[in-house]
Amino acid sequence: MSKAAILVIDDEAQMRKLLEITLESSGFGVLHATTGREGIVAAATHPPDMILLDIGLPDESGHEVLRKLREWYTHPIMMLSVQNSEEDIVRALDNGANDYLVKPYRTGELLARIRSLLRRSGTDDATLVVSAGDITIDLAARTVKKGGATLKLTATEYTLLSLLARNAGRVLTHQYLLREVWGNSYVNESQYLRVFIAQLRKKIEKDPNRPAIILTESRIGYRFAGADHI
Amino acid sequence: MTRCSGYSMVKLFINTISQQRQCLYSIVTVALVSLFCAFVSPYIGYHVVAFILLLTVSFIAMLFDIVPVLLTALLSAVVWDFFFIPPYFTFIVSSAEDAIFLMMYFVVALTSAALTYKIRQVQKVARQKEERINTIRLYNTLLNSLSHELRTPIATIIAATDNLQHSNARLTDTHRSDLVSEIAIASMKLNQHVENLLNMSRLESGFIQLKYDWCDMSELLYDTVRKIEENKVSQKILVQVAADMPLARTDKGMLEQVLYNLLSNATLYTPASSTISISAAAVDNVLELVVEDNGPGFPPQEIDMVFEKFYRLRNTATGGTGLGLSIVRGFAEAMDGTVTLQNRVEGGARFTVKLPAEMSYLKNLKHE
Repeated sequence: MSKAAILVIDDEAQMRKLLEITLESSGFGVLHATTGREGIVAAATHPPDMILLDIGLPDESGHEVLRKLREWYTHPIMMLSVQNSEEDIVRALDNGANDYLVKPYRTGELLARIRSLLRRSGTDDATLVVSAGDITIDLAARTVKKGGATLKLTATEYTLLSLLARNAGRVLTHQYLLREVWGNSYVNESQYLRVFIAQLRKKIEKDPNRPAIILTESRIGYRFAGADHI
Repeated sequence: MTRCSGYSMVKLFINTISQQRQCLYSIVTVALVSLFCAFVSPYIGYHVVAFILLLTVSFIAMLFDIVPVLLTALLSAVVWDFFFIPPYFTFIVSSAEDAIFLMMYFVVALTSAALTYKIRQVQKVARQKEERINTIRLYNTLLNSLSHELRTPIATIIAATDNLQHSNARLTDTHRSDLVSEIAIASMKLNQHVENLLNMSRLESGFIQLKYDWCDMSELLYDTVRKIEENKVSQKILVQVAADMPLARTDKGMLEQVLYNLLSNATLYTPASSTISISAAAVDNVLELVVEDNGPGFPPQEIDMVFEKFYRLRNTATGGTGLGLSIVRGFAEAMDGTVTLQNRVEGGARFTVKLPAEMSYLKNLKHE
């Protein structure tokens, strides 16, 4: 397989330089754009395998660029933002961004997220078994095993866990989870989500207080830890 | 901050009243004073009434804007003429003496109104100047403490990168990795300072929007501790949350910053072997968070000052902008809560944050 091409849309020259070093040294091909307009043109002429898109661009906001890209671009888009502004992040995720990172970020984290997104977009949705730690989720048989022993989950717990697992590595917003698991009228009833996540962690995590499978994305949502697809 | 005297407190209050309302209050005052004068006029004579009315004008001039004050002056002259100068209930002034008196009354009332107003303007300018001087003084303190706190990590980064760029050949691998970790520590510190500065300016702007959401306290506490531990702390940090702790409705981002700053403070100012503990409890509808340590505690005479902006303990060598704890107090108060500091009887410091919060015991219900 040839090396994956990543388009970086960011107006900060230093940031682009650093991303180029990081990505090229990890075996990715890197394309650059400094404005939203340039980015859209670049994406259309040489469609990359994924896009890193900064929210704060000089000509038009990253949200606008994301909206235009998503009209035809189906590969992963990861948002980069400087402020820890949860509204911006939630909005981007709701509008089709696959992930986000807040600057300053750790290089290891960036690469892990990119790999996870590229791996996911390479496989189709037919992934039937997802595992993380000593947990194995069989989406076809609707069973969850912990170290070989079948776990007893309630229907809601299973729906929530399988939704997270099917999107392994990807952050799902509180609103999205509430809507998908409980329905439209529950979008603001975040206490349900908190309670069920806590219950699930008690059943599947080694140390529920230091979760390694269902990770908290503070004020945004939850993420199933970068799992290995089988 | 300047302390407010009783008079300026009244002024502050009056400044919030619209000019129309001030006019209304002036008319009512003149009416009430006139009514009083109507009763006493037979005993004191109508010339004394003029002085009582003049006194009213001066009084109004001390409080209200120029328009209501001029209105008062004009109105009181008319009232005096119409109701008190014989013949009553006409604007006719029969004696030349009264005509001169009325004219003089009018001039004196207007002059006193204008003069009082002018004096107030001058006072206002002086006050603004004083406030500006205070602000400048505050900024100087800020700049002094900040330039040190910001320059130290910047200097570290510049020196370390210089070394790596120019003396690379002479460096051993250990040196190189030491330099890199110095850069890492310095940039984390810079990031933390910038975070604090941004939070401070959020507080100063007075524009803080609270975003309340249901919050799992155990998750929040462990998350915050995990973030603190990323800074390679040497102390042991214990988390205590009761198993039946309800969900609390609070601003998670702000509360996390409060706890982070309290923990960060504890890790900076206690010896490496200390134990820090953080706990959350629900008492009725109050969320109670406690961060305590078994370090040296605080000098009793300085306990009241530690939450002040830029305040740093005397005789402390370790850096700090003096912003961390003032942000803790600012955020706690923005959430209608309080933060207090006590020295523990057993030794060490105890910070207690109390926030009013709706609780949800859904957690303890059997559902589905």
